Amino acid sequence: MLKRGKRAWFSWALAASLAGGALAQAPQPIDTEKELEKYRAMINDPMSNPGYLNVDRGEVLWSTKRGAKNVSLETCDLGQGPGKLEGAFAKLPRFFEDVGKVMDLEQRLFWCMQKIQELDTADIVRRRFGGPGRFSDMEDLVAFIANKSNGMKFEVPLAHPKEKEAFAIGEVLFHRRSDFMDFSCATCHAEDGRRIRLQGLPNLIKPGKAVQETMGSWPTYRVSQSQTRTMQHRLWDCYRQMRTPEPIYLSDGLTALTLFLVKQAEGGEIQVPSIKR
Amino acid sequence: MKKTFVLAALLTAFASGATAQDKPKVDPATLEAVTKAMWPKVPEGWEKRVSFDETQKQCSEHRNEPPGAVFDQIKAREIATVKFPADGNVLGDWKSGIRIANDGRGGTFTDRPMTNGANCYACHQLDLAQLSYGTLGPSLHLYGKNRGFKPEEAKATYAKIYNAMSVMPCSMMPRFGYHNFLTEQQMKDVTALLFDPESPVNK
Ligand code: HEC
Ligand code: HEC
Repeated sequence: MLKRGKRAWFSWALAASLAGGALAQAPQPIDTEKELEKYRAMINDPMSNPGYLNVDRGEVLWSTKRGAKNVSLETCDLGQGPGKLEGAFAKLPRFFEDVGKVMDLEQRLFWCMQKIQELDTADIVRRRFGGPGRFSDMEDLVAFIANKSNGMKFEVPLAHPKEKEAFAIGEVLFHRRSDFMDFSCATCHAEDGRRIRLQGLPNLIKPGKAVQETMGSWPTYRVSQSQTRTMQHRLWDCYRQMRTPEPIYLSDGLTALTLFLVKQAEGGEIQVPSIKR
Repeated sequence: MKKTFVLAALLTAFASGATAQDKPKVDPATLEAVTKAMWPKVPEGWEKRVSFDETQKQCSEHRNEPPGAVFDQIKAREIATVKFPADGNVLGDWKSGIRIANDGRGGTFTDRPMTNGANCYACHQLDLAQLSYGTLGPSLHLYGKNRGFKPEEAKATYAKIYNAMSVMPCSMMPRFGYHNFLTEQQMKDVTALLFDPESPVNK
């Protein structure tokens, strides 16, 4: 499963330091705190975390004039007012009055690209997931914007009825068994300390540390893919493992699931982009 | 001040957990529309796949803990789907079984059409040599030996692999035969992996 790419040198340093998080078979508990500290320093160090290349590109994209209207995204309202980025990610997904629906960060950015810039969004969708020699504007923008909520805690009060509804849909989708393998998210993420092969599976329906650390660490630079990935990609990949057809990028179901997960992680601190397997 | 905030955050975290427990209500039509929009069309070649059947619906609704009557209903429905090999022999080749049990490829939207692997090790310990096994299911080490290698036990295990829910409604284990995910020969081979006295599972 793990592709040993050119960045493989990262993974073992990481495996040692991820003791508190994803890895089920934690190494000896020697100085876990020290290792975690090293890990935290590393993810925050733009020199050793390639995710910061996305942050930098995202910053440029945010202020670049593009699209038929030749304007930047700087007037895009992510929920905290036009152009206001600090803390926006910590409160997403949320209801947007101007569209009348709940959106996650990527849906909202997409909407701003269409409405404000009149950008060729077919191209944005084509490059939704970066690959060798292909940058993804979305991955870059999400890394940049989510990073502006670092140190903050998820806060989704579900104040609007549409937010309550999206949460409820997310909860149902989490438990919805389907397709070739009869899997639902709950098959793999509803108990503590389970693993598939050797990969630890976070319990995502029990509010607490596991789900907080999980949600607070996306977007993440994935060593096995040499790319910075967003929650849209993570859910895409889990549905792939579930043997469903490919879920449509930016569909409302993915947003509902994300809202459900963020709510479970409420109070969890954001530290992104992180680095993972 | 800060402490109160943390406390409040914690409380909300727990409160949200409670809401998750008592299944929020969702209008079925809304849900239908949402899933339709996630998967608007069946991919070519996937027409014969079951996407959402009555059993999946009931297990989802009851969060895999169906009440007695539903449990019985599912069990009867699933038992009726089990097809045994025509010649009654459920034991294939354990050596091929070990390959199949280790293979996790096939069936995803990024896979080319291929013979699917069963990936039993994803969830089960089987033999002592393979250390890369998951823990979603129980260890199956010594499975056949512990059952005295009895032919009727082997037959029951074939049925389990064919349709896990015919034995245990709402089991987390995929229904490999029901979905035609594995071929008859593949299921015979993994049954042999569990029941052949020479198989590393029984060592
Ligand atoms: C067949 C098993 C399986 C199913 C079903 C599954 N996942 Fe996952 N999930 C995994 C694995 C394996 C990982 C990666 C763990 C790792 O890399 O360490 C993962 C990772 C994740 C992560 C990131 C965890 C982290 O530590 O960063 C999230 C979030 C997630 N899954 C959500 C979901 C949701 C939501 C669903 C349902 C739509 C789902 N998963 C269904 C196996 C599964
Ligand atoms: C996604 C997880 C998963 C996969 C993949 C899986 N199983 Fe299971 N299996 C389970 C779980 C969970 C149980 C326990 C609940 C039950 O009995 O259904 C189980 C139970 C069993 C049992 C009955 C155990 C007992 O105590 O009698 C057998 C036999 C078995 N599995 C064999 C297999 C074989 C062979 C394969 C591969 C072809 C396989 N399983 C693949 C999850 C899985």
